[in-house]
Amino acid sequence: MYRYDQYDQAMVDARVEEFRDQTRRRLEGRLTEDQFKPLRLMNGLYLQLHAYMLRVAIPYGTLDSRQMHMLADIADKYDRGYGHFTTRQNIQYNWIKLEDAGDILADLASVEMHAIQTSGNCIRNISSDHFAGAAADEVVDPRPYAELLRQWSSFHPEFSYLPRKFKIAVIASDTDRAAMRLHDIGIQIVRNEADELGAAFYVGGGMGRTPMIAPCINAFVPLDRMVTYAEAALRVYNRHGRRDNKYKARIKILVHELGAEEYTRQVEEEFAHLLGQGVEPPFAELERIRGYFEDPLFEDGLSAELDRSDPDFALWVDRNTIAHKAPGYVSAVISLKPVGGIPGDATAEQMHLMADLARDYSFDELRVMHTQNIVLPHVRKADLHALWTALEAAGLGSPNLDTIEDIIACPGLDYCSLANARSIPVAQKISERFAANGKTEALGQLKLKISGCINACGHHHAGHIGILGVDKKGVENYQLLLGGSEAEDVSLAKITGPGFDEAGIVDAVETAADVYLRERQDGERFLDTYRRIGMTPFKEALYG
Amino acid sequence: MADFVSDTDTLIRFRDDEQVDDAAVTVDSFLDQQDASAVRVEPGDDARALIPHLGRLSLVEVNFPAFGDGRGYSSARILREAGYEGELRAVGDVLVDQVAYMRRCGFDAFEPDAALDEGDLETALNRWPEVYQPAADARQPIWAKRHEGVRHA
Repeated sequence: MYRYDQYDQAMVDARVEEFRDQTRRRLEGRLTEDQFKPLRLMNGLYLQLHAYMLRVAIPYGTLDSRQMHMLADIADKYDRGYGHFTTRQNIQYNWIKLEDAGDILADLASVEMHAIQTSGNCIRNISSDHFAGAAADEVVDPRPYAELLRQWSSFHPEFSYLPRKFKIAVIASDTDRAAMRLHDIGIQIVRNEADELGAAFYVGGGMGRTPMIAPCINAFVPLDRMVTYAEAALRVYNRHGRRDNKYKARIKILVHELGAEEYTRQVEEEFAHLLGQGVEPPFAELERIRGYFEDPLFEDGLSAELDRSDPDFALWVDRNTIAHKAPGYVSAVISLKPVGGIPGDATAEQMHLMADLARDYSFDELRVMHTQNIVLPHVRKADLHALWTALEAAGLGSPNLDTIEDIIACPGLDYCSLANARSIPVAQKISERFAANGKTEALGQLKLKISGCINACGHHHAGHIGILGVDKKGVENYQLLLGGSEAEDVSLAKITGPGFDEAGIVDAVETAADVYLRERQDGERFLDTYRRIGMTPFKEALYG
Repeated sequence: MADFVSDTDTLIRFRDDEQVDDAAVTVDSFLDQQDASAVRVEPGDDARALIPHLGRLSLVEVNFPAFGDGRGYSSARILREAGYEGELRAVGDVLVDQVAYMRRCGFDAFEPDAALDEGDLETALNRWPEVYQPAADARQPIWAKRHEGVRHA
């Protein structure tokens, strides 16, 4: 994986000193809260209901055991012994003191980490495919391109006061594991008929209160022009994105209001101009970065045999391991969704354990998934039983990847000052309900996503089943949505009808699941059945 | 060390030439007349409209009514990319924590609504040992240092 050189290190070190200075001036009253706010946000410090939250960047979701140990140490030293992995492959801590922030950033810098641009109206941490470098179906490893964009977007002098936040995802396979088309810019690295690599640019996707799927504005930007193209796309947005209404300030609104064709025309014009400005790094820089992402030394001739005599182990293998490009290896998913638990939370002890297991069984590498789980990307099949045994003992062995128990949920009203309703208790009750009624396995792949307000941090628009918490005359109310997908078959979910109270929404999810179990045909997932039969049978069952 | 001079309470210049005192007119008004040499660009103005007239401009003020409105950064770069070499002055809600990026985008004068602390300004301008991107200043990006002598696209 990528390692800092003296330049990268000097930049994060300078950032720590800058933020210490800014914090000092704030505490001395020389910066107003309004002046300080964007500065702290660009260092990941967000004011929640009860305390500051610190969001730490995990670029493209990749980290090593040393870094995971540090994340655990920070949870112990500065927080309450746990952290929360997020839908953008980051980690956030919920109980941070402003006075400690500089020290935490310094601790992070000591292991080549930071919280730069994890919040605020700037280019955020770049996300990617959590199986990058391991997946059998990728064209290339997408992470070098994400790293190139990370450096380009860090401390960008022109694009640090954008109309609104800006999220970029980079993938390199036709299977989309990163919700690429629901980003402000989604990039898919592709190979053309001449066998050259290029970047397909999708611009103007997003969730939030106005969900949109990004249109492709250029199907093939040559790799040695990718940064220039991104610069052009951002400049058009910085100049013309709406600033009169923060709810209409994302680039998706600009692309929608101009029309994709006109937006594209403006980008191409800016791109033609910028090609003469020398903003593109040399190809040698991309080659340098690629060198850090070479395959680990996979062993040849490993056995693909697995002792499946323990049924619990066999179930976990079937559910939570993914085919790997190297024979004899798999990618193993550590579920952070125990029944009745808080989706995405991990204790310091669990983080230490995951770090040790990565060192012992996965070439020292871990990944954070946007679905708030952890991946050990390169595990020998022969090591799976030992790995599973260690995970089970620590409460990390839930065999529920992509099932109805594998819920994405935002922090909701338990933490967030924007929320209208709690998300976590609803997630807990749903996973408990389905674990108890035994339907999880029968339902198969069923992606359920919960947001506690229309800002949609819990991706409810993209859930096979989505839940949106709203405030109805002072009472929490939950709307049910069906038919969304964040994957390559991307679609936006639709609301079924009137909302439900907290107990009612759990029943409603089970009712919808039962309609699927009744109506499904061979091999259909919940989403496939919904797409075939439409909303009506679900509505009849829910409200009839 | 920053080589700035402060001529008034709040004006800070990083230029050696004579200070321009012409009153800056709006972009519309500038385009309507033949002899104006100073213009004020508001966030919603198209800086590219000035490009045919750069020869007669000696001062461009870019107004920041609120520091969080970042359109002026693009206006500045567009003018520098077009070859404008006159004074480019950031005016309005210009704060010390934004001046380093403004310098990178080509501003060489600042006239903030509230005076900047000189020590803070000095610190801010010397903060970054390196930069990741080329911009309107002369700084070499990190990638250029990593690949000294390698030609790029």
